[in-house]
Formats: sequence, C-alpha cells, structure tokens
Amino acid sequence: MSMQPTQSTSRILQPVRDWFIVLTLFMALFLDLLPLGHLNGVPDWVTLVLTFWCLHQPLKVSMGTAFFLGLLMDVADSSVMGQHALAYTLLAFTTCGLSRRVLWFPLLQQALHILPLLLGTQFAMLIFRLASGGELPSLLWFLDSVVGAVLWYPMTYLLLLPQYRPVDRDETRPI
Amino acid sequence: MPGVVNALMSVAGHPPPPFFKRGPAPLARLFFFVSLSLVLLVADLRFHTVEWIRLGVATVLWPLQRAAYLPVDATNDLGGYFSSLGVLRDENDSLRQRQLATANLLLRQEHLEDENRRLRVLLDMKERQPAEGSVAEILFAARDPFSRRVIVDRGTKSGVEAGQAVIDDVGVIGQVTRTYPLTSEVTLLTDKDQSIPVEVQRSGLRAVLAGAGAGAMELRFLATNADVQAGDILVTSGLDGIYLPGLPVARVQKIDRDNSFAFARIACEPLAGVERHGMVLLLGKRIMPPLPDTAPSLADKPGKGKKIRRKLAP
Repeated sequence: MSMQPTQSTSRILQPVRDWFIVLTLFMALFLDLLPLGHLNGVPDWVTLVLTFWCLHQPLKVSMGTAFFLGLLMDVADSSVMGQHALAYTLLAFTTCGLSRRVLWFPLLQQALHILPLLLGTQFAMLIFRLASGGELPSLLWFLDSVVGAVLWYPMTYLLLLPQYRPVDRDETRPI
Repeated sequence: MPGVVNALMSVAGHPPPPFFKRGPAPLARLFFFVSLSLVLLVADLRFHTVEWIRLGVATVLWPLQRAAYLPVDATNDLGGYFSSLGVLRDENDSLRQRQLATANLLLRQEHLEDENRRLRVLLDMKERQPAEGSVAEILFAARDPFSRRVIVDRGTKSGVEAGQAVIDDVGVIGQVTRTYPLTSEVTLLTDKDQSIPVEVQRSGLRAVLAGAGAGAMELRFLATNADVQAGDILVTSGLDGIYLPGLPVARVQKIDRDNSFAFARIACEPLAGVERHGMVLLLGKRIMPPLPDTAPSLADKPGKGKKIRRKLAP
C-alpha cells in the first residue's frame, strides 16, 4: 500500500483505482497479443505490468491474478497449459514478498531488483519446457528481461500518473 | 498467544473482527496455485486432456486477438498499396513464365490421371485418392520460443481437422495440430516434436525425418552405410496415412558417417518455405484402406497350456 512513488520521497499519492489496474493489465495483454511472432527484445508486457502492481499493490494483485493471466497467456502464446501460470505465480509470490523492501529504493535501483525477478520468470519457463522436450531458444531470448528492466523507470511514472492528481482540483488552472 | 486469543474469542461467542482479514497465508496460496499449474502441465503434456480449457479461453480471447491483429493487417495493406509498380510487374512476369513452364505438365495431368485410373481399373488395383485441399493464409508465427508453430486463418468452421497435412507450392511444411473455430495451429516440420516418414527419391530408401529445431531437420535411425548422398531429395513415403506419397520434403545437406555411432548423422534442410509466410494448402484427410485383421482368429490359436499337456509317449 504505497502512498508515495517510492518510500524515500515525501509526495503523497492518491489511492489507486481498481478499474485502472484492470485496464492496464488488459492493455498489456493486448500488446502481447499483437501478432509479431517472436521478436527478441520485445518484453512480455503482462509480466512487466503484473510485477509493477504486485510491487505497489500486493493486497490487490497477487497470485490469483497472476495465475489467471498466466492461463490467458498460455493460450495466447500457444505454449503448454500451465507454463505461464506457474511462472507468473512464482513471480507474484516473490514480488509481493519483496514489495516492502524494494519500494524504499530509488527507481534505478528498483530496476536492478526487477531484473532478476524477470529473468527468474524466464528461467522457470525454460526449465519446464526443456524438461518436456522443447527446443532451446537462442540466448537473445533473455534480452526481453533486460529491456523490461530498462523500461521500469518510464513505466513507473506512466502507471502512477493517475495517482499524482491533486486532491482538490484547482478550477482556475489552465490544464 | 494466538491460541489463547482464539480461546477467548470462542468463549465470547463471536469470531474475531475482520480488520486484518487477508485470506490464506501466502505460502499456502503459492502451494495451491503451483500445484494447480503442475497438474495442468502434466495433463496437457502427458494426457492431452485440457483442450477444452484451451478452447474456452481461446474463445474468450478471440475478440481481443482479432483487435490486436487489425493494426498489423492495416500496416500490411498499406505496405502493399505502396509497393512499387516495377516490383509487381517483375513478379507478374516471373509468375507468367513459371505458369508457361508448367503448363505442359498441367495440361497433360488430367489426361494422365484419367489414363492412370483406367489402367488401375484394368489391373484391378485400388484407385489413388485425388488430392483435395483448401487454401489458407499464414497469419503469424506463435510467440512460444520453444516450438515452431504458425497460425493459419482457417478453422473448424471451414472444416479443418487436426492431423491434416499442410503444403506450399514447393513441398510439405507441416501438419495441423490444433483447431479453433476460426483459426488453426500448424506445427512446422522443423519443430522438435514433429516427424514425418520419407523415402529417398533416388534410391527408394525409407526413413523417418524429424525436426531438429532452429530451422533444420535430421534423418534418424539410418545405418552408417545407408545409401544416402548429400543433395538427395526426400519425398513423403505415404506410409503414415497422413501425407500423400511423393510430396517433396527436404534435401540432404550433410552426412556424418562416424563408425563409432550406430547411426549416421544426416542433416537436412526443408525444401518448402517452412520458416516463411504466405499462402499454404491444407490437404484433405487421407482415406486409408482398412487394415487387415491382425489378430489371428481363435480357431487356429493353440489353447493355453496345450504345450504343457503334450503327450510324453514316443
């Protein structure tokens, strides 16, 4: 339940609106459904947004949401059923557990915490697919996570934007 | 301490106030969801019993998937609109030349098929099944980096069934493995789980060709002295009852005859544009003659224990 963008700043945020969480997860799913095939370096948007909300709202978004989104992604990616569900559940568990710690860091250091989480999600999928006889993807596949971690900084501001609005609206303000 | 509190509560006769109610502990929830995922994984990989869940989720996702396809579709259309006249003219010329080059064969094919049918009737052989099929377009490659699959724009509504062979203008590219109402999923020959029975066109040697991932294939289980040469063309043998016989599949690229291994290692490259996009033909299901009755009839089967009760007398 963070009231500040990071715990180290003194700015107080508005509470998050539930429909905004749903909307962003939906948009991430839409981005993942774009039929681009597999391009190395395009991050898994659902993983990113899910990690963000697990970190900022661990009481609202956690393992149940992760499992459900995982099922959707399993079908969308036409991978084995349960592959994304399992990886996302593990990610949500870890992220929710770390949320009190990670939010105290400035954004760039937060991104350094996020990188191993994203890589771990990919490794979980890799292990399960290799165990079931899948083909080994190229090393560039892990670039997805690196790009995801780089995008952490702009994404935090984008997703926290609605919570930045002032409590009492100033009618005389131009914008 | 919590025990004492609970005891007090039960004495007081009402449950604790729900101030900090958070549901089950995180570890319990983790255990629940992980085991559920594992059950799904095993059910899908081993028993293939969760196709109905997949179909349900796919139906829900379909509008979103369609919407996501729109921008890409529009971009392609725009690109097509601006493709230069010169490119189109060149393509037109080459297509016309190819048509003329094959016209000879095409014009005589009907005649030859007729002749073939009549000869087969004369010889009292079963008629060859004519190849039928429906044209489909490859929409996109599946995102899954662990397998090689593409999605085509024909589904169960157009009568597509799992198991149909998929070819393009050069040769076989794969097989339909999963169908949805409006789309279906084609597993390419280069997928690690995909294999296809072939024969070497030059020598008629039969073998099994399997995907090796990364756009390559390998010919498996052939002895090191097998009659295969680099450059040989592999065609379908038709023994599987799925692919029609005689469709080109692959070319032998490199043969590694190391005597310390039981089998030769033979790398092949697909002939058809397996990793490219475009139009494909979904071949109709093959109708196979019924298998001969393999179980020996009971009459001439020796009864159990007959051998034991054999007469010992000379």
